[in-house]
Amino acid sequence: MTANALAAQKPLGARPLIHLICALPLLWLGTRAALDLLGANPVEAAIRFLGDWALRLLIVALAVTPIRLVFGWSAPVRYRRMLGLWAFAYVVLHVAFYVILDQFFDWGAIGHDILKHKFITVGMAALILLTPLAATSTNAMIKRLGGPAWRRLHRAVYLAAPLAALHYVWMVKAGILQPMAYLLIVLSLLACRLLVGQRP
Amino acid sequence: MLIHSCSSPKSSEITAKSLYLNRRQVMAGAAALGLLPSLASAETLTGVSKSDYRVDDPPTSQKDITHYNNFYEYGLDKTDPAANAPGHLKTRPWTVTVDGECAKPGTLDIDALLRESHLEERIYRHRCVEAWSMVIPWVGVPLAGLIKRFEPTSNAKFVAFKTLLDPSQMPGQRGLTSFKWPYREGLRIDEAMHPLTLLAVGLYGETLLPQNGAPIRLVVPWKYGFKSIKSIVAISFVEQQPRTLWNVTAPDEYGFYANVNPTVDHPRWSQAKEHRIGDFGRRPTLMFNGYQEQVAGLYAGMDLVRNF
Repeated sequence: MTANALAAQKPLGARPLIHLICALPLLWLGTRAALDLLGANPVEAAIRFLGDWALRLLIVALAVTPIRLVFGWSAPVRYRRMLGLWAFAYVVLHVAFYVILDQFFDWGAIGHDILKHKFITVGMAALILLTPLAATSTNAMIKRLGGPAWRRLHRAVYLAAPLAALHYVWMVKAGILQPMAYLLIVLSLLACRLLVGQRP
Repeated sequence: MLIHSCSSPKSSEITAKSLYLNRRQVMAGAAALGLLPSLASAETLTGVSKSDYRVDDPPTSQKDITHYNNFYEYGLDKTDPAANAPGHLKTRPWTVTVDGECAKPGTLDIDALLRESHLEERIYRHRCVEAWSMVIPWVGVPLAGLIKRFEPTSNAKFVAFKTLLDPSQMPGQRGLTSFKWPYREGLRIDEAMHPLTLLAVGLYGETLLPQNGAPIRLVVPWKYGFKSIKSIVAISFVEQQPRTLWNVTAPDEYGFYANVNPTVDHPRWSQAKEHRIGDFGRRPTLMFNGYQEQVAGLYAGMDLVRNF
């Protein structure tokens, strides 16, 4: 194998590693649950844990372009869709745990939550905005939509990410500092894209 | 609420008073000599009778009651109190000052109180405003009896309670904080005198652990848990409705009354159902936390949506 071929393969080699890293929180959660280490309220603990990781991975995916714009490091760009999909996987698990384990499919109560409680309203809005992005993340869908249309659609993340952070800010009763830090990071990443990069 | 027929403990089950007083003296002596850690650990309470006030639901495990709760003086997570309170809170010596609109202001010494009081175990439902709940076997004395000792006057319309203010013992009171410490709570005098209202000194037959509000805390089972103020150092009889910490912090979220009411939502979550710790799923929340029969009369004619 030539040195060139090896270099070309390197980014591909990072994929399993990234998958593994993104799956680690799930493995951690599964292990803690199996060992009954999630505390007195395991369902709440799991829902919060999944929500935390959904937001963190969303931030990682959002940081890819600002990193390219500010530092000129473009290698992570090829993993952006993968990171976004992992973030979405945590979002789906987060919501599924709420619907199944917390509310036990009580659609009336869930509907009431969505309509009356603003942290759930914005959380659900974020989920709805992210769903078509996840659904169109394949190469085939990019081809079908065409690059410009696909990019326009995926700008929905600019709305979904701050809504997800706001969901966290509005959820907490006290100790607003950590959720505010997340919101600030999300807004900074978006501001960075808007201010630095008008390029596609 | 289901009330079991009264069953007094058999005389053989009650430790002779002289024996447990002796034990306390030995323990106190040992503590004074430095043989025991000065920080509190749970000690078995003796001479506790079983009260008629006991719900049928199985009690929540002692581990969950002592390791999952809110006590913001020790951190914002529900595992923080168990981690931080035992290393900080000194529960002896401990006195509660009682003053305000009363004929005989004075102090309550926790050891004297334990010595002189007839302690009872009451198994109450506990409903947190965050929509989780427990069933807790408290040990304590009805607040009414204690209040009478101090002879509140006709001006005593409310009772105000205060938690210890000491950042060295309560690290959550240090530095940047969005709360105006100390923790304060209050009840209308008729609520305070209600036979369900308890001053708790223990749970599961043992003295309270620091994380649960040792050495003495309030328990008002038909109200959200935040009304049941912990580690009390002052009780005042007052004419005006006292300010309370959560009401001052977020007046549209936490009312003065804070009666458990499944029909009045918290702005950020529904109160219609609750997650009983140790259970799976949610169960419906009961009006006044299931104590409607006993307490609804206190609020006859009141708009419970406005007075949430």
